Amino acid sequence: MTTATAAPPQTERKTYLNSAHGVKSWLLTSDHKRIAVLYMISVLVFFILGGLFAVLIRLELATPAGDLVESNTYNKFFTMHGVLMVFFVLIPAVPATLGNFMIPMMVGAKDLAFPKINLLSWYIYVVAGLFVLTSLMMGGVDTGWTFYTPFSTSYSNGYVIVTGLGIFISGFSSILTGLNFIVTIHRMRAPGLTWFRLPLFVWANYATSLVQILGTPVVAVTLFLVVLERGLHIGFFDPAYGGDPVLFQHMFWFYSHPAVYIMILPPMGAVTEIVSTFSSKKPFGYTFIAFSSVAIAVFGFIVWGHHLFVASQSIYAGMVFSILSYIVGIPSAIKVFNWTGTMYKASVRLETPMLYALGFIGLFTVGGLTGLFLASTGMNVHLTDTYFVVAHFHYVMVGGAIMGTTGGMFYWWPKMFGRMYNQAWSKAGAILIFFGFNFTFFPQFILGYMGMPRRYHAYPPEWALLNSLSSAGATVLGLGYAIAIGCLLVSLLKPVTETADNPWGATTLEWKTQSPPTTENFEVTPVVTEEAYTYSSEEVVHVG
Amino acid sequence: MKKHDILTDTHPGEGPAEHHAEHIVPLPVYFAVFAALIVLTWVTAFVATIDLGRLNVFVALSIAIFKASLVLLFFMHVKYGTRLTKMIVAAGLYWLILLLFIVMQDIWTRNWMGVPGR
Amino acid sequence: MASQAPVFQVRHHFENAEQQKDASTVGMWLFLVTEIMFFGGLFLAYFVYRQWYPEAFASASGKTNLLIGAFNTTVLICSSLTMALAVHYAQLGKKNLIVLFLILTLLLGGAFLGVKAYEYHDKWVHHEVPGANFECEGCVDPGHTSLFFALYFGMTGLHATHMIVGAVILLYLIWQAKKGAYTAKWFTPVEMFGLYWHFVDIVWIFLFPLLYLIDRTKTGFGI
Repeated sequence: MTTATAAPPQTERKTYLNSAHGVKSWLLTSDHKRIAVLYMISVLVFFILGGLFAVLIRLELATPAGDLVESNTYNKFFTMHGVLMVFFVLIPAVPATLGNFMIPMMVGAKDLAFPKINLLSWYIYVVAGLFVLTSLMMGGVDTGWTFYTPFSTSYSNGYVIVTGLGIFISGFSSILTGLNFIVTIHRMRAPGLTWFRLPLFVWANYATSLVQILGTPVVAVTLFLVVLERGLHIGFFDPAYGGDPVLFQHMFWFYSHPAVYIMILPPMGAVTEIVSTFSSKKPFGYTFIAFSSVAIAVFGFIVWGHHLFVASQSIYAGMVFSILSYIVGIPSAIKVFNWTGTMYKASVRLETPMLYALGFIGLFTVGGLTGLFLASTGMNVHLTDTYFVVAHFHYVMVGGAIMGTTGGMFYWWPKMFGRMYNQAWSKAGAILIFFGFNFTFFPQFILGYMGMPRRYHAYPPEWALLNSLSSAGATVLGLGYAIAIGCLLVSLLKPVTETADNPWGATTLEWKTQSPPTTENFEVTPVVTEEAYTYSSEEVVHVG
Repeated sequence: MKKHDILTDTHPGEGPAEHHAEHIVPLPVYFAVFAALIVLTWVTAFVATIDLGRLNVFVALSIAIFKASLVLLFFMHVKYGTRLTKMIVAAGLYWLILLLFIVMQDIWTRNWMGVPGR
Repeated sequence: MASQAPVFQVRHHFENAEQQKDASTVGMWLFLVTEIMFFGGLFLAYFVYRQWYPEAFASASGKTNLLIGAFNTTVLICSSLTMALAVHYAQLGKKNLIVLFLILTLLLGGAFLGVKAYEYHDKWVHHEVPGANFECEGCVDPGHTSLFFALYFGMTGLHATHMIVGAVILLYLIWQAKKGAYTAKWFTPVEMFGLYWHFVDIVWIFLFPLLYLIDRTKTGFGI
């Protein structure tokens, strides 16, 4: 009887997925990988819910008349869409899922510094989500996700307090994730893993964590004051008592602007990993990417006044914020050069994650450049509160952040679950998303330029064509996402096969573990002796 | 780019490079800090009853900052702490100052143009 | 001794005890930074409104009791000392002294909260709580004085909430210390809580002059 060299097909490898069974083993886990999966499920739920509100918005806007719902209801649609997407999808999207899963492995650790706090952060997130869902079921909020006073504190008929508390609570989830990452990255790196040998995904999440720690508490206290004012009529922002509604805007945007960097930095990190792997080339200008990530996080804190240009902020402050907003664009632009430089003269493989990364680079560039239009105070006067702004932030948030996140999911899926998805379908999904996205949001730039206000459920008939185009594009975008998500979920129906642990030929430490990894990640703590991203000429396993 | 211990530290998992031993602050130090804090509390209360015009705020805040520094450095052991601890404290204070002063640069310059609402 | 003292073990994902302790310290400091920014928002509101309504703020501040404020500050500083001593004796592994100083810290903290409750009641009785029945008797620029009191209650209320949470944690620490959980080898919870308690003290060190000492030239130490 010959002895087989491969493991007998009957025995399943021990992984973090099958190391323990039962609901309790998932809900009481301290394994960062299982917590990442818990987050993935809940983030997906909120993404779908937020997406449904987007469908309702585009359905109403498909025709000029406000005929689907009345204006107060429409206000609730875009508010819930914004609240869910910003606080419950975009903020945790990469850090709490891919970050949680990969970062300990990328630094060569067995887990994050505080595993139980990691689990707590998920429970806090779920409780916060329940608050918001409760508010939704009671009738929702109509203030916009920005909760401007005095509408939110005095005049709104929606459930501001419940929603505000929900967002307040979700902030703590974000803070705990950031705290965990900072401690882990500072203190749990494997021997030999110096800062400049870290994968750039780690640098991106580190910069993000700085923003989470320093910014989130300010929006927490701001919402706390809104709740107090609305509940107890105390008057922090009420002009009748001498309060200043613009102070609310300052405090709100002090967090909410850096928040957009929380949303974009981790997907940028994912894109760097993807571009490097699928070019089989070290990222061009590693140091620039690392430092520009931190620069974005730091500079991102001093530009928030560009949301207040027309809010009776002082002209001089406006000038300062405008200049700073131009400066903050520089590190982001540097990254675009880094990515394209990485691909230059490399043999680029157009696998699914790479398609998303390429889409990201193009769409983020458009979104970022249009941000500069808005940073100019003169133009801002005409473009603010129009669809130009809506298009701008969807280009960076969806074309950028969400595409980067999705690309990251497709990239690390085989690592997380040991299965590969269908290549044809996944690529079709990516392409549909790209085209659907552009058809949805490019017309909105034109509409905004022509003066169509945002947050209106009706508009003059001359804009009907562009709006219909946008709504049609949204359908394609939705279909693309259905295919993409479906593709990933269907792959889970397949059994975990003996596919290569590293199908893409990546070089970062997490790919040296088994796919899916064991609970402990590493049997023995690795010792790092090479610089990051050293690609050898070893054969890259092509995905069939 | 300067070479920094932390950035090229090849044994990051073992904690701070300085191999931080447990530092036990001698009791007299604690009592001295305590005495200073109590005295300064009553000094600041007393000074508030004297009319120093614009200096009142300055004195009160200076005393408060000094007291807070004593608590930070000695009771919270920052003086004997790692470089990372000191950086974190500095970052927190810096960001607070950013928040305060950048908003104030709007408040303070609001009426400079003499135009209502600008 | 009926119950066995729990044995200290390094958590599985850490390489050694020093790394674990260091990680906890860094984590706690990061949390305190978030607290700086959290209170910072309120300090910002105070800063803005005091700039705009200096007489209203000065006049409203005169409604607080300086003697009680200074006394309470003293009490809190004493509790900071006892907390520092609790950590000190934890470093030395002196179980009974750890328990003693933790209990003293709790009592002093409780005294602070008791005095605060008295102050709040006094304000309530004098209609100085913002809301429908608000009235600042004899105040300059009365239309803007409710902002001062909103900030007074907001800031001291948030501070008091942090102290109440601290008190609950102290109860837990005292219970654990009595069981002998804290030895010279491991006393991280005591030390971490100490950092928290000192931070809450620092917040009060700023609240005292900002809320009680705006302008005492007319009232002096008088009630």
